[in-house]
Amino acid sequence: MPANPLSIPLIPTVEVQGVSVVYPAREHTVTALDNVSLAIQDGEFVSLIGPSGCGKTTLLRVIADLEQITSGVVRVNDMSTQQARLARAYGYVFQAPALFPWRTVLANVCLPLEIHGLDKAKARATALEHLERVGLQGFEGKYPWQLSGGMQQRVSIARALGFEPKLLMMDEPFGALDEITRDRLNEQLLRLWERERRTVIFVTHSIPEAVFLSSRIVVMSPRPGRIVDVIESGLPADRTLDIRDTPEFAEIAHRVRMSLQDGHGGGH
Amino acid sequence: MAAATEPVPERSGVGALWFRAGPVLAVLAIVLVLWYALAVWLNAPQVIERTLSAQPGWGASDLVRLTLSMDRPVLPAPHQIALDLFDSIFGWPVDSPRNLLYHAAVTSSATLLGFVMGTLLGAVLAVAVVHSRTLDRSLFPWIIASQTVPVLAIAPIIIVILGSMGMTGVFPKAIISMYLCFFPVAVALVKGLRSPGVMEMELLHTYAASRRDTFWKLRVPASLPFLFPSLRVGIAAGLVGAIVGELPTGAQAGLGARLLTGSYYGNTVQIWSALVMSALLGLALTGAVALAERLLTPGGRR
Repeated sequence: MPANPLSIPLIPTVEVQGVSVVYPAREHTVTALDNVSLAIQDGEFVSLIGPSGCGKTTLLRVIADLEQITSGVVRVNDMSTQQARLARAYGYVFQAPALFPWRTVLANVCLPLEIHGLDKAKARATALEHLERVGLQGFEGKYPWQLSGGMQQRVSIARALGFEPKLLMMDEPFGALDEITRDRLNEQLLRLWERERRTVIFVTHSIPEAVFLSSRIVVMSPRPGRIVDVIESGLPADRTLDIRDTPEFAEIAHRVRMSLQDGHGGGH
Repeated sequence: MAAATEPVPERSGVGALWFRAGPVLAVLAIVLVLWYALAVWLNAPQVIERTLSAQPGWGASDLVRLTLSMDRPVLPAPHQIALDLFDSIFGWPVDSPRNLLYHAAVTSSATLLGFVMGTLLGAVLAVAVVHSRTLDRSLFPWIIASQTVPVLAIAPIIIVILGSMGMTGVFPKAIISMYLCFFPVAVALVKGLRSPGVMEMELLHTYAASRRDTFWKLRVPASLPFLFPSLRVGIAAGLVGAIVGELPTGAQAGLGARLLTGSYYGNTVQIWSALVMSALLGLALTGAVALAERLLTPGGRR
């Protein structure tokens, strides 16, 4: 986090205050988020972790203006979520790559750039650059079905980064991949963050993934969805996968696991 | 996402041709054998009554020979139809009303005009239905109901009404063709335009994409795999519509008129060769649509 010598209160990149999301239902209402508050500063890598139904994806979708809140306030870059979305303030990576099968890899990455009105040549150059950053140079002419699942998800990351958003939101992006691919992509994502210091909000249900990637881990629990703990990681920024064998890593992972158990109704 | 398919072993040259054409030819051979048998069987009573009963001691070979060479058989033999087709196509100038190609051209011009109008109408209806809940509920039942009216009943009405407005020739036939064409296109396009999933729609939402971008960059390309099969169905249905449209007018030209005059004069061979011609025309038209599909579909779609 950048130092703040003038001690002017920083406006957080994302500010969530007392947010609740309640789905009315005939039998009994479902409280997906219950009075959740969270502030994310510029350049942080924040993971939202918790069991299914804890509202971690809902919280991400609320910040992305994909979900309406019942009460509370959400500000992104000091704008409403809708304004932030219309200002194209963030890139969003879904659980599945969601690539368009009729477009080549390059054309898929160009899609948001086209929509944002960039001219063809410029969009092409930008897209190629971002494909290279996720290690996919030489694949731009392929169609999505010709790529492995891990490569497809990297294309979708390049697509989300294409228009240089300051904020990147990822909803279990590697959940459907095998562990080996996942490890490799985790390391690539960390390098990317280390290099560019975009703010990242990352939803996962994997403890090692959250601890490895994050500068801060937000632990959530279900019924109703709420934040039970926020853990600062403090691991060195230039960490590699080997750090998972160190006692420091194990200690943080242990703390996350304890918090998850507490939130789950007293340790079982 | 498309899974990798099992590699099909490469076949080359004559082997590949046989692999593809073999089954088709086998079916054709079976049909021909059955056809000849049926022709002998159906034509036999007439042949026996008119010719053979006068010459005692006739055998099976006489029966077969005569049943397969009648002037006005109940069922003409395939070679009679083929000869008639050949004679009509190569024996007369292309612009002669005795040449079936001339009639095929007349019918296909009505079909193509109707097909273009029907596809446009179907597309407009589908876009309207997809973008408006009100139209979805008010229009769609009528689109379905329109197809329960038999085209044979509605064709003369359209011809008469348009004729009283001074419209004759290709246009009224094209209207009937359009009437049959628009339906498969409308239904398939509604399904296709609605085929993008929640995730794709939300993706464009996060880009703050306009309705127009969503339509052209997502809905339209996603609908193409639904559109092309419906175009193939549509053009075949349109051909039927054009032929039906040629029946009640006493039209001078077109495959439908040819069918009608054939049945007036009991010229069964002429009816059958017109039928075969319309089948060939149907194959050619759907083939043209399939070719257009190949050319317009990006190489990546499987």
